[in-house]
Amino acid sequence: MKIFVCIKQVPDTETKIKISPDQTGIDTAGIKWVMNPYDEYAVEEANKLRDANPGSQVWVLSAGPKARVVESLRTALAMGADEAIVINGEGLDNFSTAKALAEVIKAEGGMKIIFTGKLAIDDNASSVSQMMAEFLNVPHTTVVSKFAFNGENVTVERDVEGGAKEVVQMMTPAVVGANKGLNMPRYASLPGIMKAKKKVIKEIEFSSLNIPASDIKVKYSGMTLPADKPAVKMLSGDSSAQAAELVKLLRDEAKVL
Amino acid sequence: MGKVLVFAEQTNGKLKRSSMELLQAAAKSGNTVVAVTFGSHAGDVTAAIGHNGASEVHVVKDASLDSYNPESYTANMVAIVNKVQPSIILSSASSTGKDLFPRVAARLNTGVASDCTQLTISGDNVTAVKPMYSGKAFATVNFENSPIKIVLMRANQMPVDAADTSKTANVVEHANAATDLKTLIKEIVKGASEKLDLTEANIIVSGGRGLKEAANFKVLNDLADVLGATVGATRAVVDAGWVGHGMQVGQTGKTVAPSLYIAVGISGAIQHLAGMGSSKVIVAINNDANAPIFQKATYGIVGDALEIVPKLTEEFKKALHH
Repeated sequence: MKIFVCIKQVPDTETKIKISPDQTGIDTAGIKWVMNPYDEYAVEEANKLRDANPGSQVWVLSAGPKARVVESLRTALAMGADEAIVINGEGLDNFSTAKALAEVIKAEGGMKIIFTGKLAIDDNASSVSQMMAEFLNVPHTTVVSKFAFNGENVTVERDVEGGAKEVVQMMTPAVVGANKGLNMPRYASLPGIMKAKKKVIKEIEFSSLNIPASDIKVKYSGMTLPADKPAVKMLSGDSSAQAAELVKLLRDEAKVL
Repeated sequence: MGKVLVFAEQTNGKLKRSSMELLQAAAKSGNTVVAVTFGSHAGDVTAAIGHNGASEVHVVKDASLDSYNPESYTANMVAIVNKVQPSIILSSASSTGKDLFPRVAARLNTGVASDCTQLTISGDNVTAVKPMYSGKAFATVNFENSPIKIVLMRANQMPVDAADTSKTANVVEHANAATDLKTLIKEIVKGASEKLDLTEANIIVSGGRGLKEAANFKVLNDLADVLGATVGATRAVVDAGWVGHGMQVGQTGKTVAPSLYIAVGISGAIQHLAGMGSSKVIVAINNDANAPIFQKATYGIVGDALEIVPKLTEEFKKALHH
């Protein structure tokens, strides 16, 4: 069985963000790129599923500028994925990315289950995996913290608002969006890293996929940094005085009560 | 002027505040406002939808839509959108909104801007601003090749005025458009708390390592009860198993934007600051005066959280009950 995992490369959460001179994006110089943290759970769950189903294979896919995106694909290979494909393209939005991923998965054929992260921490959008499911015409559940496959159907537990959970059953093929809590992602082993370095990553040009330019639906511009906060007001006195002062400030000055 | 379609969400027959924000913003734009709501409680909110600015509300009262199913919601939403022909769709970036509208957008061959914090509607045009990298930057979203512009807004970003009870909406009922589902919701396990989700909460009381042990979250719960707040936590505390991941605020947890965020025993890792930095007023309580959280805070108290928080709870009780 073919198990696909779609991953995205994002700036490390520690990275300080600077704006590019033309203010349409960020200054990518000096940015440390990592695999989107939620995608690690997706890779891990795919590996576990492969290990439990002999003869299966894990394929990782990513779309973006090839030169850097391959790094995250190598990380996935080092974690144990079998094959990797990069869709080389610049300036793709969520819609065109989803379409490209769906096209490549269709072309590779035989997919049973596709894992993604529940969202990417750079744009916090949570849209590519749903759109991809729609283009593939398959069911999709995201924010998944428990996964089971019985050879035919998938049963997942999905975290919803207010701490509630839903148990969802899907016919396969199906797309599963991984949340934290699904598993503990394995570290890449040294032999895994060595093996990943030697792997050939299949390259597909976005331009070869016959996706029209009109499939780019949104563009970001006017990138700005958040405004500086006024300096903090430190409260003094003993704890009782501080507590009384704070409540007064919140009510009379900040007016949030 | 065109039509703005608003996805009106409700909890047990009560219209959500986030939906009121969207209805009122749409009404202020001068466009015709049309709302959509689903489920057996749909009839309970049509009056409130009218009071908040919609002139027409489309309902599918089928009980199978009481809980969210991506396939049935997509089928019904697309059917109604095709009838209404709006130029703009607004939804809250709630867990339902974020799951549903990318599917709707894919089916309608149009663009969606998710997790936005600013909305400007001018005639048929929309510009939205969304935080990137968990609020470390802000981007303007421009739609291209999008016959319908779909914007998903974070809760608590826009004001809500008093409802105008003289206004009413014309109700249009539809039959359930969904058939042959491949997705089945088998069971819904209720959450531990009836409180608002962190992403919608107006006040959040959040705890970190400085609370020393899991049992000490009780002081936060007590404070939250008095304030009607939702309790959050840092990644360190979640990873230590003190509380569940649903409570995590930060770049790998929930991004929040309440009016008031009280950070208790939180030193302020960059990922946490990114997740809560757009809160309007931030209070930090920490025993380390050099903790980075104080650089983001509006008000700061250096001291022992376990001593200060119970005193705060008492003070709030007094202040809020007079």
